[in-house]
Amino acid sequence: MNAEPMTMTGTPIRDTGEVLLSVEAISLRFGGVKAISDVSFDIRKGEIRAIIGPNGAGKTSMLNCINGFYQPQEGRIVFKGERRAKMRPHRAAAGGIARTFQNVALFKGMSTLDNIMTGRTLKMKKGFFWQALRHGPAMQEEIAHRRVVEDIIDFLQIEHIRKLPVGKLPYGLQKRVELGRALAMEPELLLLDEPMAGMNLEEKEDMCRFILDVNQQFGTTIALIEHDMGVVMDLSDRVVVLEYGRKIADGTPDEVKANQAVIDAYLGVAH
Amino acid sequence: MASGIEGRADTFPKLLMRNARDRAGRIAFRHKDLGIWQSWNWAEVAEQVRGFAQGLKQLGLKRGEKVAIVGYNRPRLYWSMCAAQWLGAVPVPVYADSVADEMAYVLDHAEAAFAVVQDQEQVDKILSITDRLPHLRQMLYDEPRGLRDYDHATLHAIESVIADGAGALREQAAAEVLDREMAAGQGSDLGIILYTSGTTGRPKGVMLSHTNVIVAAEIGCSFDGLSETDEVIAYLPIAWVGDHVFSYAQAMLAGFCVNCPESPETVIDDRREVGTTYAFAPPRVFETMLTLTMVRMEDAGALKRRMFHYFLDVAKRYGEQILNGESVPLKGRLLYKLGDLLVYGPLRNRFGLTNIKVGYTAGEAIGPELFRFYRSIGVNLKQLYGQTEAGVYITMQPNGEIKADTVGRPAPLVEIRIDDNGEVLYRSPSIFGGYYKDPEKTAETMTADGFVRSGDAGFFDEGGHLKIIDRAKDVGKLAGGELFPPKYLENKLKFYPNIKEAVAFGQGRDYATVAINIDLTAVGNWAERNNVVYASYQELAGHDLVYDMIARHVDEVNRSLAAEPMMGGAQIQRFLILHKELDADDGELTRTQKVRRGFIAERYAPLVAALYDGSRIADISTEVTFEDGRKGVISARVKVRDARTYPVTTEGAPAPARAA
Repeated sequence: MNAEPMTMTGTPIRDTGEVLLSVEAISLRFGGVKAISDVSFDIRKGEIRAIIGPNGAGKTSMLNCINGFYQPQEGRIVFKGERRAKMRPHRAAAGGIARTFQNVALFKGMSTLDNIMTGRTLKMKKGFFWQALRHGPAMQEEIAHRRVVEDIIDFLQIEHIRKLPVGKLPYGLQKRVELGRALAMEPELLLLDEPMAGMNLEEKEDMCRFILDVNQQFGTTIALIEHDMGVVMDLSDRVVVLEYGRKIADGTPDEVKANQAVIDAYLGVAH
Repeated sequence: MASGIEGRADTFPKLLMRNARDRAGRIAFRHKDLGIWQSWNWAEVAEQVRGFAQGLKQLGLKRGEKVAIVGYNRPRLYWSMCAAQWLGAVPVPVYADSVADEMAYVLDHAEAAFAVVQDQEQVDKILSITDRLPHLRQMLYDEPRGLRDYDHATLHAIESVIADGAGALREQAAAEVLDREMAAGQGSDLGIILYTSGTTGRPKGVMLSHTNVIVAAEIGCSFDGLSETDEVIAYLPIAWVGDHVFSYAQAMLAGFCVNCPESPETVIDDRREVGTTYAFAPPRVFETMLTLTMVRMEDAGALKRRMFHYFLDVAKRYGEQILNGESVPLKGRLLYKLGDLLVYGPLRNRFGLTNIKVGYTAGEAIGPELFRFYRSIGVNLKQLYGQTEAGVYITMQPNGEIKADTVGRPAPLVEIRIDDNGEVLYRSPSIFGGYYKDPEKTAETMTADGFVRSGDAGFFDEGGHLKIIDRAKDVGKLAGGELFPPKYLENKLKFYPNIKEAVAFGQGRDYATVAINIDLTAVGNWAERNNVVYASYQELAGHDLVYDMIARHVDEVNRSLAAEPMMGGAQIQRFLILHKELDADDGELTRTQKVRRGFIAERYAPLVAALYDGSRIADISTEVTFEDGRKGVISARVKVRDARTYPVTTEGAPAPARAA
């Protein structure tokens, strides 16, 4: 018997394509406070893009601009080749941008399943009348959506909490449910605001795995804000660094790590 | 009783084809996937297994080769056993939660040529050890998630292997060749190798023939009258003989349905949805269910809580007698009926035991209170005593002869003999054919006249029931000559919901001591209710109030030991609470969650020393292994406490009591 030993490798293939979203010279002010000034960067299709920076650097403001929650006073955002003027969050959502929040924003009294189902709301086509009747075509539609949601539940391994109210769940699981809801929108661009804040090591590792799987399996482009540098450097393809609303660096994790401005921003510098 | 069926279907693939013929439309397997129970009837399962066998054949699997099977309970993994057996290959189920190193040993020792695994996690684990597995040629996986970009030269999805095989079988010639492969199998062929979890040393591969396993299945099926209408849930490790007999062999033989849960965490809910009629679980599972219920009841409203406790008392008084068919006063019967309506029924429903005909517990001694609790609420829970080497059954409790402290009468076809040193020896048609590649160990275990040494010490009581005390080599003596049965002490302690694990020391010492693991669920809940603040397991374990609580439990155990003949000398004089949970990944427990006493004594040597040198505090640092194989060190300062002991009250007990 010619017993040939197995040789296999599990290296994924990185393939980042054209620009999906570009932020061009945007500035955002709240009265006299400049949250973001003149920042430009782009997010390519299929990549994991991290936005980092010390506290108050304008990271969350940046995400809020991207999904239309804030309107920058200057500059423009181009998404899928389309320049967006005034844009509302629900339009962003319909256009394929989903997000999770720094502080979990779920419906606490609803079950995991129902929370994730809310992510499908925009895709429900039947009118209020049919929905209320919950019969015939509306039922068909709901079954189809439920299938997608069950896939997500399976994907995130949260079968055991399917029917539990999310308010009762530990924080790490709530974060996972929130990710599930965002995924239910089948977004092209997923914005994650500190997906690992407040998690223990094991939960963090799980979350990293899920983020990588989402990116590889669904090809979802991901922009994330994260404070854990280990996580950022391992996960992301490219990193943009903000400080006091300004961009101070942009590049691969290795480039950013070697950047003097970044080191100064994080470690402080003698003036 | 073996002969009836043997003539016609003496291997599992033949049994499968018999089922496909005789009960084609009956549901054989269910698996909850994407929130829905997917099901397959016997005809469909037979189709799948045939396709699977042909697919394996095309990948080059030969008669006599070994196929490692790694994963949780999934229909396709059970089918892979049957498909391998179809070709005369030997399935070797492996514990899914073994770390890579343990798995490498088993796969290498078994010389596995194929590996059939559940998901990416297992694929990665095996890929990381391929350099140590020179015999491994092909790997198959069930769940494709995350594996898309892997090199598929020697890696295949089970689904596509089955589809390829089924395609090839459309040709008459190929189908005939495959059917001849099945016909070539005989009952005496090696059917399966089950690696024992190894309380001591490396795991050993127990070789069982088709006949061994079929006879074992027959013993169980006829003893409890199992038929094709029964339902079981498969959730115990597939590498364990219990699961192999209950979820595979008996299902094939009796033709009943095997339900595979969605994930290990959803077992209780899934069991509830299915309503199993036949259950098998180690005491730990029953214990966890009860602990969770008790904890939840503490949070319930005052009225509900009082009703719950009142009727539990009623059940304690009358429940068991009613189940055993003894006479009970009318008032008791009426109260019990009411309790059944208000408490026991809903409770059984919660546990998923509403339809249960018979439930078995085995693997470890069950706390008598725990055992009685389930029986008192109307669950026909029984004990059996078994071993992998016996093809599981050695003794079982017949209906109506249930005692909490014995394991029952010899099972049908089983002969038992007690050796001079108290060791239990047994012989039956289902005993194993030897350890794989280990004739020395086989010779040590088998006697010349065909009996197997169980390694357990026990005796028959006046009713002819076997009573197991402990592992034969573990029953020791204190320095003063008093009997010291460590497991007996540990089990008494573990009955308290607050105590998850206990390790007793005392062999050759002046007195007995224990190291205790608290149960985080129960103690954590207690802490919450009593405003005890803690940040970690370690901190909670070291808390003075927790020590006080455990001290009360130890005290009660001592009091009960003092009242038993022979055991009074083994009262616990000192104890401590360990700063970390004992974990199989650190080698402190076996994969079936039994404590490895010797290893623990070595690893925590400074603590054991402190238990005996009178010091009140000891420092310890231990290395821990994380699931991915990385290691870390945790250190702690552990307190040691004295416990009260009682004068021995039973007459004839030799040991004098010491005041501590």
